[in-house]
Amino acid sequence: MATPASVHAHAPQGFIRKYIFSLDHKVIGIQYFFLALTAVFVGMFLSLLMRIHLIWPAAVLPLVGEIKPETYLSLLTMHGTIMVFFVLTTAPQGGFGNYFLPIQIGAPDMAFPVLNMLSFWTTFVGFVVIIAAFFVTGGAPLHGWTGYTPLSALPSAGPGEQLGADLWIASIAIFCIASLMGALNFITTTLDLRAKGMTMMRMPLTVWSWFITAILGLLAFGVLLSAGILLLMDRNLGTSFYVPLVVVNGQIMGHKGGSPLLWQHLFWFFGHPEVYIAILPGMGVASQVLSTFSRKPIFGYRAMVYAMLSIGFFGFMVWGHHMFMSGMSPYSAFAFSILTMCIGVPSAIKTFNWLGTMYKGRIRFHTPMLYAIGFVSLFVSGGLSGPFLAQPVLDIQLHDTYFVVGHFHLIMGVAAIFGIFAATYYWFPKMFGRMMNEPMGKLHFFLTLAGTYAIFMPMHYLGMAGQTRRYSQFTEVAYQQKLLPLQTFMTYAAIITIAAQFIFVINLFWSMFKGPKASDNPWESTTLEWTTATPPPHDNFGGVTPVVHHGPYEYGVPGAPRDYVMQTDPATSTTH
Amino acid sequence: MGLALLVLIWLITLASTYFFVAKTWWLPVGASSAAGWIDHQFALTFVIMGIVFVAAQLSLGYIVWKYRDRPSRAPVEYSHGNTTLEVVWTILTAVLFIGLNLMGSSVWASQRFDAAEAGAVQVEVTGMQFAWYFRYPGPDGKYGATSPKLMDPSAGGEAAVGLNPSDPAAKDDVVTGTMFLPVNRDVDVSLRAVDVIHSFFVPSLRFKQDTVPGLNIHMHFKPTAIGEYEIACAELCGLGHYKMHGMVHVVSQDDFDKWIAAREAEKQ
Amino acid sequence: MATYTPSSPIDHIGHGHKPPMPPAGGGDDGRSGGDAPNYGARLRRARLGLICGIATVCMVFISLTSAYIVRKGLPTFDGASNSYVRDWGRVDLPWLLLAINTAILLVSSITMEFARRKAAREAALAPVKSIPGVSLGNERSFPWLGITVLLGISFLAGQWLAWGELHARGFFVDTNPSSSFAFLLTIAHAIHLGGGMIALIWAASASLLRKPVESRRIVVDITAWYWHFMAVLWIYVFALLGFAK
Repeated sequence: MATPASVHAHAPQGFIRKYIFSLDHKVIGIQYFFLALTAVFVGMFLSLLMRIHLIWPAAVLPLVGEIKPETYLSLLTMHGTIMVFFVLTTAPQGGFGNYFLPIQIGAPDMAFPVLNMLSFWTTFVGFVVIIAAFFVTGGAPLHGWTGYTPLSALPSAGPGEQLGADLWIASIAIFCIASLMGALNFITTTLDLRAKGMTMMRMPLTVWSWFITAILGLLAFGVLLSAGILLLMDRNLGTSFYVPLVVVNGQIMGHKGGSPLLWQHLFWFFGHPEVYIAILPGMGVASQVLSTFSRKPIFGYRAMVYAMLSIGFFGFMVWGHHMFMSGMSPYSAFAFSILTMCIGVPSAIKTFNWLGTMYKGRIRFHTPMLYAIGFVSLFVSGGLSGPFLAQPVLDIQLHDTYFVVGHFHLIMGVAAIFGIFAATYYWFPKMFGRMMNEPMGKLHFFLTLAGTYAIFMPMHYLGMAGQTRRYSQFTEVAYQQKLLPLQTFMTYAAIITIAAQFIFVINLFWSMFKGPKASDNPWESTTLEWTTATPPPHDNFGGVTPVVHHGPYEYGVPGAPRDYVMQTDPATSTTH
Repeated sequence: MGLALLVLIWLITLASTYFFVAKTWWLPVGASSAAGWIDHQFALTFVIMGIVFVAAQLSLGYIVWKYRDRPSRAPVEYSHGNTTLEVVWTILTAVLFIGLNLMGSSVWASQRFDAAEAGAVQVEVTGMQFAWYFRYPGPDGKYGATSPKLMDPSAGGEAAVGLNPSDPAAKDDVVTGTMFLPVNRDVDVSLRAVDVIHSFFVPSLRFKQDTVPGLNIHMHFKPTAIGEYEIACAELCGLGHYKMHGMVHVVSQDDFDKWIAAREAEKQ
Repeated sequence: MATYTPSSPIDHIGHGHKPPMPPAGGGDDGRSGGDAPNYGARLRRARLGLICGIATVCMVFISLTSAYIVRKGLPTFDGASNSYVRDWGRVDLPWLLLAINTAILLVSSITMEFARRKAAREAALAPVKSIPGVSLGNERSFPWLGITVLLGISFLAGQWLAWGELHARGFFVDTNPSSSFAFLLTIAHAIHLGGGMIALIWAASASLLRKPVESRRIVVDITAWYWHFMAVLWIYVFALLGFAK
């Protein structure tokens, strides 16, 4: 087993060892980042096709042709799966976590660099497998990213449910294994490789978020793996874990006695921690950026840590709130409902603390800060629709409507993405040695904030009016036809917002090669990555092991020579 | 920049709130006995969350503008937080959220923990790709046996649900594609599905329940207004999910009796 | 509220954006100057990683167990009788064969433990042995690792026989839920054990490949603990299939 130091004693030579099968967590982090960037454009393209089809069902589009109802459902399934797994579970954790966790704790690399390399390439294989589902006979599956059985277990239940569905399950299983490898690495690194003086309570909140996310992943992905194996067995080996005796189109299927609810329990036991995996790193980045650009310590560091720990802990106890209408016992529903309301409390605490951080600060409006502020706004908007859905009696009306779609898109599809944008604009100088273009960044921010609100806020109105989700068109139900003008508005908003993302891509690639050179600490930030060169050398700190004397957010310390004290600055009589 | 942020955040907040308050798009008029309670709980949640939403977003916009960095600004207040404040707002939030939830639970309990009233109308709702069928047990009050071997969706009606004609209890079962119900009488509904999960959702009646293969789920509700209400399938069930549409006709008891008698007569 | 007082008159903090250099001499955790972390730290790190891996395998088997319990207990609605029926079925497991396999696996755990302790001793004595002229006597030692490999292979072969015996008795993976789970649990265990076998074979061959004795010790140690975990897991699967039939 290679050890970090022996790896870094000799930096690798040769293109393959340096850029393809690199063991350097920084290269691997960038590989994850670009994988997620590719995935997000695929996912966005799918959603663009979906929005266009909803308004113009008969349209024949260039390249894609006509979109049939089953095609719409395949687009929907793949959009959800690709975005949740290959974007939201990849960029924040695999991308930025991989790059900056070791540096922020003062380590030369991850605990297990070979495992790190393997986890990236396994994720990559998973991505190839899921894209392959588009190109096989029958096409991509149509059962939604949640894959409820029996629909996902019966090849005859719909087009796309043959080989495409098997590839979908295989891709997710491969992704599970990759994530488990990554989680193992993150946890060991955080517990074992911290530099001297870097106590747990001096770790930046980004590190805490990656650590807690890794624990969630470690405990949740194994359950998804089991669920997927059972589904593959039902589909291919004639078992009946999930499928009772059913008749599809007059044909009796060869299953008996299985339970569709079993899939839901297993899936959501994973699925709920998964959504916290998607948002926690964004919360960490928001805390980091808000503190840096307000020039103030984070308000209530300990409370923030405990809040993230509670969110992680409670996250394992609330999965039943996805199943209030499923036929589950109403008594269980009551229990899950109370626990779900409990999880709203730490989320609220974090929001108060973010506001408290900016209060009486001196806010600098660089692009990363704009995205962090946007994150707070979106987290509030997306979070407050939660208490509606958490009450089973209200969920009766709102479950499986656009209200839910609006809720999770604001939180995952926008707030978490804003966390990724904030991280990108914030750490780009350190990663690539150049600054991104500020005016373009600001333009991108304003268009995206306004645009995403325009797309997703109306979904709440639609949901209250009874617009059911996963409908490929709204032509059949009279009361839904009346809601078309709002849907049309959302489609136009989506077209404009998606177009605005090209500003980001152009900015990203142009700045990588032609942006103005960055200094080592352009944001005057305090955490360890800003103490080292830009970009960092192979072993992160140029042969010197950092020693930490301060907490992570010592801004505006009275009597200090400048308005920030870096974590490695000499010890003083400050209370940290 | 701070001002631009404030303007944008406030604009978004006020515009969204306007449409919520104006109820431009809103819950359909409730037509069941549960609607009163459910809508009341909804309104309560709505007002509370609305106040929090507006307060949080407006404060965010304000703080971001007020504390922008300017040469004339005072040095920052160096502080790691305020434990008293943390405790206070944690307790307040917990009381608010959990209290709201407990209030809603009594409504949930009355809906789901209790059985249907005596003398309720019995209807079995069966979902299949991509249609709803409704079965009334007839004068004997018993549902006849069904068998998967006898299911033939292309023949519609009794054949679609696989009714076994040799079962004596099946002889008076009425199977239709449209649901008729008498007003102001509890309905004891048995929900089934034949192939994949569907969901029986009637927005106006504030009723939704997934229909799951392998389960026979009993629920009850009471329509309180005569009218025609649309059913929309609310669980992804395949390519025809968007057109798995049905109608509930709530009529007077007399009209219902006439309708049932006519259906029984057709069977002879 | 705290105030900042520099502890020395020399202000080490750079100006503007220049980052301060950390004090020379680094820390004293044995990792200063970019040297290799000491092997005690590496062992601890490897064990920590293993604990994470074990936690994950536990979650896989916990979810399979919960699927087992749910599938066994939940009845489904039968339209013909208008009532709920169960369909768990039964499976005739070859108990004698499985008991023999269990014994083989437990013995292999014992031999693995001897191998682990031997590796630990060798690593501890390595600095002593490198002193020229020092000899620790007879260098030949019992091939505990090799024996564990053989026992592991025997266990897997025994499982293969057990599956064949189930087929002979008419129980296949799709016969009934009880047989499905019997195959699922035993095959899942065997796959994880197979992974352990690969590590075991690598550990055994590491001595032939002349890797440093500390690295060998770490590999053997981790493999050993994983191997013990596989034995405990097997007892669990065996008991579940036994008691819950």
